[in-house]
Amino acid sequence: MADLVQLLVSGCATGAVYALAAMGFVLLWQTSGTINFAQGEFVMLPAFAMLAGLALGLPLPLAFLASLVVAALVLGAAFKRVVVDPLVRAGVLPLVVATLGLSLAAKHAVRVGFSAEAQPFPQIFPEGVWNVLGVRVSAADVGTLLVAGALLAALHLFITRTLFGRSMQACAQNPDAARVLGIDVAGMILATFVINALLAACAALLVTPVWFARFDMGEAIGLKAFFAAIIGGFNQMRGALLGGILLGVLENLAAAYLSAQYKDGVALALFVLVILFRPEGLLGRAEERKV
Amino acid sequence: MSLGLTRAQWLAVLAVLVALALLPLGLKRFGIYMLSLWCVFVVAGHGLNLTMGYAGQISLGHAAFFGIGAYASALLVQAGWSFWLALPAAGAICVAAGLVVGFPALRVQHHYLAFATLGFNVLAWLFFRNEEWLTGGNFGVRNITRPALFGRSLDGDLAFFYACLALMAAASYATAWLLATPWGRAFAALRDNPIRAESLGIDIRAYTLAAFALGALYAGVAGAFFAPLVGYIDPSPFHLTHSLAFMMAIIVGGAGRFFGPFLGIAVLILLPEWLRGISGGALTRIAQEWYLVGFGVLVMAMVVWCPGGLLGLAGRLRRRA
Amino acid sequence: MRTRAYAASLVLALAAAPAAAQQTVKLFSIVELSGPGTTAGTNFKNGVELAVKEVNAAGGILGRRIATETYDTQTNPQTAKALAQKAVDSEAFAVMGPVFSGSIMVSMAETRRAGVPNFTGGEAAGITLQGNPYVFRTSFSQATGMPKLANYLASGLKVKSVAIVWVNNDFGKGGRDQMTKELAARNIKVAADVSTDQGQVDFAAAVLRAKQANADALFVYLNEDESARILRELRKQGYDRPIVGETTIMGQKVIDLAGEAANGVRGHVGLTIDAPNPAIRAFGAKFEKEYNYKSDHNGIKGYFAVFALKAATEKAGKLDRKAVAQALKNACYKTAEHPGLLMDVCFDDKGDIDRESFLVEVKGGKQVVVETLPPLSKR
Repeated sequence: MADLVQLLVSGCATGAVYALAAMGFVLLWQTSGTINFAQGEFVMLPAFAMLAGLALGLPLPLAFLASLVVAALVLGAAFKRVVVDPLVRAGVLPLVVATLGLSLAAKHAVRVGFSAEAQPFPQIFPEGVWNVLGVRVSAADVGTLLVAGALLAALHLFITRTLFGRSMQACAQNPDAARVLGIDVAGMILATFVINALLAACAALLVTPVWFARFDMGEAIGLKAFFAAIIGGFNQMRGALLGGILLGVLENLAAAYLSAQYKDGVALALFVLVILFRPEGLLGRAEERKV
Repeated sequence: MSLGLTRAQWLAVLAVLVALALLPLGLKRFGIYMLSLWCVFVVAGHGLNLTMGYAGQISLGHAAFFGIGAYASALLVQAGWSFWLALPAAGAICVAAGLVVGFPALRVQHHYLAFATLGFNVLAWLFFRNEEWLTGGNFGVRNITRPALFGRSLDGDLAFFYACLALMAAASYATAWLLATPWGRAFAALRDNPIRAESLGIDIRAYTLAAFALGALYAGVAGAFFAPLVGYIDPSPFHLTHSLAFMMAIIVGGAGRFFGPFLGIAVLILLPEWLRGISGGALTRIAQEWYLVGFGVLVMAMVVWCPGGLLGLAGRLRRRA
Repeated sequence: MRTRAYAASLVLALAAAPAAAQQTVKLFSIVELSGPGTTAGTNFKNGVELAVKEVNAAGGILGRRIATETYDTQTNPQTAKALAQKAVDSEAFAVMGPVFSGSIMVSMAETRRAGVPNFTGGEAAGITLQGNPYVFRTSFSQATGMPKLANYLASGLKVKSVAIVWVNNDFGKGGRDQMTKELAARNIKVAADVSTDQGQVDFAAAVLRAKQANADALFVYLNEDESARILRELRKQGYDRPIVGETTIMGQKVIDLAGEAANGVRGHVGLTIDAPNPAIRAFGAKFEKEYNYKSDHNGIKGYFAVFALKAATEKAGKLDRKAVAQALKNACYKTAEHPGLLMDVCFDDKGDIDRESFLVEVKGGKQVVVETLPPLSKR
């Protein structure tokens, strides 16, 4: 029993990070129909921005703040302006291809700049480990869960309870009606891109101490977040949360109880099944076919 | 069959073929190898171009089909089959796989289909790696022999290059022929406006399935040649990242254009080697280091500003001049 | 038109390259500079370059300067093979690398065909079992290293059962297969056999299975990044049995990444800059000064490879590839004459090497040598 809980705790901590990145997928999809295949690199780049800050002698909190600013400007506003805006009318797939190109360029630019080796990253949580009824829980697990949970909760409150958030939702559901109501649709869409970039930078802060900063660290996280978003439901924020946690936990359970060699296959099989039989995701609403 | 080409154009095609055939005579083994690789990849590229460029179905699993073809031919040859029997078998297996992967087309639309192919690629890769009894797992399949044709061994680099070149010519001809048939035009209708195509009596689902099966067939045949060309296969060249690279190469060359794959694959695999060969100066080194960055930016730029790829760009410049 | 112009320039570029001067000794490093083998390949390359610099400063090999070129295999065997062809086309005098076994197993067919001596950092047993007269190791094969570690488990730690966690690639699978054999020969039970993925992040399940197995010790055989992650998870879950490894997990990169969690790990290392040996220590200092980080065993391998080539060429007395390969068969070289070799070394007829090795333990964030094991031949 303790063993099972051990796996669940660890899986949830990993899954919470997937959920953060997956949330970005959902936000962008809802407001602008963008599927960002460079999402993993949106996590990797702030990690290196922080490393650069640390190398310049900034303390980690300042380096993190600086990376938030840079992420909001570059991965939020500039990304929308340069890549998404010209393509948004062309449909989903051109954007998929363009963001794949972006991902390749970003990865290899970092590789040239920082070498292909993994760089150590300071721990953000203290080293402590508690033994709770035979389950070993580290401060990093608890911290990751708390921070990710708080971020997602804050985002949820922001979107459902504030006027700004509701306007964003209105744009997502029906841009034309929103425009009639006097909502600045373009501004709202820009806001979601900035939020996505900020979430990714937070995810970077949480994962890099464990994953280490490496130019290709985004490959895994981007793919997992994408699976999580699809599994949970591409048009539901709750879906991204469920998908992320489910993925993190399933990987651990599969490795422990089924087959370590096929542990990625279990989540993947779920992904394919969802696409086949419930393409709107476990928690999603069906979308009408757009012509 | 004229395929809509004038006599002068046919002569030009012939001239290019002759030039390609003469090209390796000035090259050493590595150069010949790269050109052979280019031929093989162009064949696979034709397949992806059919699926994606003409029929408008994004496939993110092309490397998996390529891998299935490679493993099928390598394993069948090692089991004692003649390569010339293993080749159609590999093709047939890939068609079957293509039909299975295209199957979600009967249920879901468009981008979800693309994502299903992505899942398929990752699963196929796991299978290649884990099923050591069949695929050799991480250790791969070694010492894959090259076939003989009409009693002549194709073991030499030049001989095998000509085999690859012949394959490329045949596959290109088949593609051109296919595109000139009503099926080819139906593919384009499917891409441009599926709903209108349906109202014109085109069975969308059947054609989507056919697009996947055809793409897989090309990839499988190319894979079947890839295995003896390299002489060794393991799971690494069939990873998802290579599917993405395939797709980007087609985009860069010009999706939905007949010559797109020729150019796109050249930019992907020949251009970096050519840059390396220029000289050893600092500029060349920088060009090499930043090559993939440039490629990624190029992909983005193509999609954003020039959906016709490099070929479209060339056409546009010519019209303007 | 465009095609033809392109084709013509291609011919020029590919054909013109190798016509450079014959005055230098051409060395090609074909190594992993990206992909999973990055740490290994980069260290190996840096070792080669450091050695080349020193050799050139001291007058080169038989009076000729060494010129190096470096290619990235992306840790991909097919690319490695193509690059080996390229090196051969460019009239390489010798080829250094690749380091990963899967790559050298494929690429060495090319250097063999052309008769070019090829030094590798690969440790898979199969490399030297193919009768290739031109391939030479710079470190022990798994077939040498694993028995030494198994001996340590059997007689040093006196364990009866071992849990194995390995990375599912050719390196990890090869080592795991070899170790399983060695353990069986010593009547040590494999209590758990856990596969993990390259790039894996969450090791909770793997560690849990190792714990559940309740074995006397844990053998971890992963690449650098993953070694560091599992060490952290082991620390977290409070794993209290000995953690042993072969070379990689005690490497400096792992210690840097894992921090405090690396302490207490022990095992067998063929090469380490912390060896109680002044020449190796001096190498470590030079390397760190040049590249601003501590070399791991792969840095020493690359450095050693260049000096082994130099020693053999001098013994052969001429710049003749075949004679150099001959000079490396069944031959011993002493550091007294060739200080760059760092340790006395003997090559056998297959290209395997024999020399001292070390049992080490990580203490206070540093590798500490506990015992120096003699060469096999001295036993």
